[in-house]
Amino acid sequence: MDIPYTTQPRPDTGIYNAKVGIWLFLASEVMLFGALFSTYILLRVGALPADWPTGLLNVPIGTFNTAVLIVSSVTVVMAWASLKMKQFGRFKIYQSITVLCALTFLGIKSFEYRDKFTHYEVWKTDGTRMTGHLEGKPMFMTLDKVKAAGKASIAFTPDPHHYSEGKKAMHEKDHGEHKALEIPVDQIKRLSAFVPAHSTYFAVYFTLTGLHALHVLGGAIVIGYLFGPGSKMWFTDPERLTNRVEVSGLFWHFVDLVWIFLFPVLYLL
Amino acid sequence: MSDHSSDISKHIRGYMIVGGTLLIGTFLTVLASYIELGHQWNIVLALIIATVKASLVALFFMHLISERQMIYIVLAFTAFFLVGLMFLTIGSFADFPPQTTTH
Repeated sequence: MDIPYTTQPRPDTGIYNAKVGIWLFLASEVMLFGALFSTYILLRVGALPADWPTGLLNVPIGTFNTAVLIVSSVTVVMAWASLKMKQFGRFKIYQSITVLCALTFLGIKSFEYRDKFTHYEVWKTDGTRMTGHLEGKPMFMTLDKVKAAGKASIAFTPDPHHYSEGKKAMHEKDHGEHKALEIPVDQIKRLSAFVPAHSTYFAVYFTLTGLHALHVLGGAIVIGYLFGPGSKMWFTDPERLTNRVEVSGLFWHFVDLVWIFLFPVLYLL
Repeated sequence: MSDHSSDISKHIRGYMIVGGTLLIGTFLTVLASYIELGHQWNIVLALIIATVKASLVALFFMHLISERQMIYIVLAFTAFFLVGLMFLTIGSFADFPPQTTTH
């Protein structure tokens, strides 16, 4: 039995079924990310300024990743337009660039995550705090793990500024030599990498960017399928393939649209 | 939206212009964050630029500028509930118990 209205518009809606389906799905996605954004607003307004990190994310890398997603949005719509113009070869080129952009975005994002997992904050018993790196750049180290390893102190290279000094201080470059400090374990109250448990900011950051990255991965798999084995449909039912590419493109543009808001909110403000 | 191949070819230049505008908008967003307008105004400016960019994506890449009524109805409901959600969130700030400290 054929699936109805895969290419022909349904009389009551005026469009093919998959398009109605993807827009209903995107409507639910708007509410999902909307709920997370409203949560962010509530937590951001309620936080003490000194407890809300600023300037810890790499703005040039975030800007480059934004540009990568924008380029992929252009190529995904160009892939659809190519099929509309019966240019299957061009479709393959644009679709492959989109997949490459998606993988580039995820690669850069994982590099950023790794950078955060090796970046630490130390809360000392005298009330002072500092951010920096542990010797050997281990990931996910905690005070309990340091104690379990039987260490009496940690070698810690502090950053030139702490985020509580404000955004302006964080943007200032410090060209001085950064020497590692030996901090006795009994002077440490808490040690945490920049992981979700570090603070509300990083819990929000990893939730929003992690969910977004899963969307990028899902979109890349679908677009990759339509570039590879799924593209054989061009020779049997070209109009249906064109519609599939349009639907996957709508999802991809939504992923781009979400990032357009995430980038300034998390990286710049 | 128009589906004829001759119409599509006319849209291609538009896609390139929108793509270029989005890239310029991204650099404007970054530049604007370094201008000290006061924290609240920096947020407002960043969100205005982001909204303009998002509108360009929705209108031209997602073809909402010339969609069927069915899609607009779905989105009208979505917009209603999204605005309601944000209104409740922001409205909650006016409903703190007495002597609550906000930052």
